[in-house]
Amino acid sequence: MSTCSLLGCATEDERVFQLSDYEAALPRWCPGCGDHSILSAMQRLLAAEQLKPEQTVFVSGIGCSSRFPHYMKTYGFHGLHGRALPVAEGVKLQRPDLTVFVVMGDGDCTSIGAGHWLHAIRYNMDLTALLLDNNIYGLTKNQTSPTTPQGHTSNTQPYGSYLPALDPISATLGVTNASFVAQTAEWLPSHLYATLRAAYLHQGFSFVRILQRCPVYTPDIFQLAVRDPNRIELLVHDDGVVLPDLDRTYQNQLVHDPSDLDEARRLAEPGDRLRLGVFFRDEKRPRYEDLRRLPKLMGEAKFARLNEELDKYAV
Amino acid sequence: MATGSQVQLEGVVPETRSAPPSATTHRVSQHTVEIVSDSGEGAQKCGQIFGSVSAKMGNGVWTVEIIPAEVQPPPRSAPGASGNRIRIGAQPVTNWGDASDLMIAFNEQVLLGRHQLGALAPNAIVLVDDQWKTHDDERIRAQWQAAMAELGQTGYRLIEVPLEAECLKAGDNARKGKNMFALGLLAWIYDRDLERIREEIAFAFRKKSEEVYQKNVALLELGVAWARQHLDFRFEVPPLPTPEPRLVMNGNQAIAMGAVAAGLELAAMYPITPATSVSHQLGEMCEKFGGVVHQAEDEIAAAGVAIGAGWAGKVAFTITSGTGLALKTEFLGLAVMTETPLVVVDVQRGGPSTGLPTKVEQSDLLTSLYGAPGDAPKIVLAPATIEECFHAMITARRLAETFRAVVMVLTDANLATGVQPFRRPELDPEWLGTALDLSGVPAGLQPYDWDPQTGLSKRFIPGMPGGMHTATGLAHTRASKVAYDTESNQLGMTMRSRKLAVLQSMLQPPAVHGAERGDLLVVGWGSTRGAIEEAVDRARAEGLKVSSTHLTFLSPLQPGLKQVFARFRKVMTVEINYSDDVGDPYITGESRRYGQLAWLLRAHTLVDVDCWTRVLGEPMRPGAILQTIRANVKGGAA
Repeated sequence: MSTCSLLGCATEDERVFQLSDYEAALPRWCPGCGDHSILSAMQRLLAAEQLKPEQTVFVSGIGCSSRFPHYMKTYGFHGLHGRALPVAEGVKLQRPDLTVFVVMGDGDCTSIGAGHWLHAIRYNMDLTALLLDNNIYGLTKNQTSPTTPQGHTSNTQPYGSYLPALDPISATLGVTNASFVAQTAEWLPSHLYATLRAAYLHQGFSFVRILQRCPVYTPDIFQLAVRDPNRIELLVHDDGVVLPDLDRTYQNQLVHDPSDLDEARRLAEPGDRLRLGVFFRDEKRPRYEDLRRLPKLMGEAKFARLNEELDKYAV
Repeated sequence: MATGSQVQLEGVVPETRSAPPSATTHRVSQHTVEIVSDSGEGAQKCGQIFGSVSAKMGNGVWTVEIIPAEVQPPPRSAPGASGNRIRIGAQPVTNWGDASDLMIAFNEQVLLGRHQLGALAPNAIVLVDDQWKTHDDERIRAQWQAAMAELGQTGYRLIEVPLEAECLKAGDNARKGKNMFALGLLAWIYDRDLERIREEIAFAFRKKSEEVYQKNVALLELGVAWARQHLDFRFEVPPLPTPEPRLVMNGNQAIAMGAVAAGLELAAMYPITPATSVSHQLGEMCEKFGGVVHQAEDEIAAAGVAIGAGWAGKVAFTITSGTGLALKTEFLGLAVMTETPLVVVDVQRGGPSTGLPTKVEQSDLLTSLYGAPGDAPKIVLAPATIEECFHAMITARRLAETFRAVVMVLTDANLATGVQPFRRPELDPEWLGTALDLSGVPAGLQPYDWDPQTGLSKRFIPGMPGGMHTATGLAHTRASKVAYDTESNQLGMTMRSRKLAVLQSMLQPPAVHGAERGDLLVVGWGSTRGAIEEAVDRARAEGLKVSSTHLTFLSPLQPGLKQVFARFRKVMTVEINYSDDVGDPYITGESRRYGQLAWLLRAHTLVDVDCWTRVLGEPMRPGAILQTIRANVKGGAA
């Protein structure tokens, strides 16, 4: 426990937060679920960055991964399937002082909530949005999602998924005003952590797709890449993610300047290797909450102005 | 208020005049004027200015927009009539009346359209642009002949006006200026203050050049001059005795002003008729007040943004209409479940589906109360006047915060676009609510520490140290943990429902308009109040023992209804929504579907409440309600 888990600290600045200060209820995800490693990476990140728990908000939708806020000892809003982003936008519009994370599953983000996803990218509000993508609907017991690989069988498509999988990275890179697009994997904890950190530090809408396995319905989905590092290509750059400790294992590395959008789009095209790293980053893109921030009039000043407005309608 | 025109006018054949007549001024207690054109010819602007100036001159005023469903329907089409009806009186005017006493029509087809809808009084005076009579196109000349022949069978006094020809004196594009010429005609007929009209024109064209203003004023003056030269009648509608300081605006503007006065700072919306103009008004004002109007990507997101904002700070609101409300339903349930304060303005229009997008209906009552999966108790209130639209926002904001509740404010297209003067409110700083207090949460307090008596609990807002929790749409415990036991869901439901009972205990029984007991009680809600009370007054003047009562709160219902109802032989609602009429094929007492308020009152009071409802896409006419009252008092076996 930190020195400040109890109330009544003299000043907030004196507080030092430990990992345990961010831990709430014990997760109820299945053993082996990728969500566990994402949760612990996030708790590490918050401790490393010393984010004040009361100033931090996790907003989620519905699905296995959307239980995430319940396991963080911060503020959380566990809302509707597909609708995490609008709620998070409301929080940020109202309270730019809060640090806001959004946790979505692949059904949440790329299917029922796809409209909000597109517009959230364009709003480019300072939110860190995580797509926990296990390529399947798990909580509802094994239905095909938009990111399910073609041919993969499920309860709704027992003869195999009919269509090619939707690629969230390509889709995000295609939207006007995208400002941070990265991909990482739940089975590479150091890469996951470094990517989450880069996303958190980016000012704007940081979109991170985290490849993960569902131990029950898609345990083998990334098995080739998990077993064979040659199946992975790391995008490295000083302005993206660089992890020297992975160099020996992951020798396929491509120096990619995240400011190059055309190259990012080319690299996002499906190929033999899974590409992990920061595809694109541009902090100069306009942020909606900055454009909409106006000095607020309070009390008497507000009523004086309102009376002027009413004068126009006076008889 | 008395009905119809109070002057006798000779209903004669079409006439044109050349020599200046000596005009007779008829003094009337009220008069209803209509101006109609093709869409885009500016009849609405003419009507708005006439209404506004009349209010400023001290008359009671009610204006209604006549809106086709399309932006620019084909010209010269009977259903394409666009314009305004303006009812002015020597007393406050509370509704649009029964029919128009005077009309200016820019072509004979829109005139015919209004005639066929029964919009004109039997002895109405009609001024119509005569350019079509001699039009180059033979078909148009034929249409004119046919229409005027049909209209000649009526008791109207038809006066042909060379509207287009006269306007050409002021410039080469007459189509753009006829509305100001027409305004000039009205200004002379009703002796309106020209200086005030010029001010209104300057305001209406404030974003245009001085030249545009001058041209419009020139057209206005041409209209006045023509009227003086050619018309033999004028009407005097005396002003109210001692007008107090008043404002004149429409219901959507009142909602927007009320929202600012209520301290609401964030509105999230998606464009939908007839609600959108609230956000137009707010959009302009927010630049000055520091609020945000967020135009979301869809109706659902608009609700989500308002909920996120309200959860993280001061109450936010969302503005919508019927179909948009349907889309927001899931989010409203979430706000109820998480007890996130939220104000929802629903400017009702005709439904189902796209229905009558520009026209009035009161069809969202039951959706507001019950239109969510599961039990999601909300507070629902319905302003009855434009003044109440303003104050409803203040009440709604306060109730949302006090009760951690969703508050629905149901207005409708009639209030949204109707313009009426009302007492200028004296702004009270308490309306704004208190600033956000983010001090720490005392140890041991939980995010849903429901008071077992009232169901009320203190809200934990992000930023409050020690208040960290996850709000969830899942059934939850007092600690906001997902409930796995058998009792938590029952408790949460009970506590959320209890709040409505607490609110009801603070409300007053509704006032009765007319005597406290009698043969018939008419019950209404929302924008129909003025028409119902006028009908009741007329019925009482005929000696009928009828009264009315109007409900502001629909959820919870105001207390004491059963006792009020018991003092009348018969109780019936009058509503602008659908109900079956007994006697129609297959419609029996058993199969009949009731109007929405009637349905609610029957369930709530176990009184055999009858209903009379119509879905004509127009506000209730007091005369139609009067007929219903007569039938139900005289023929009605209670």
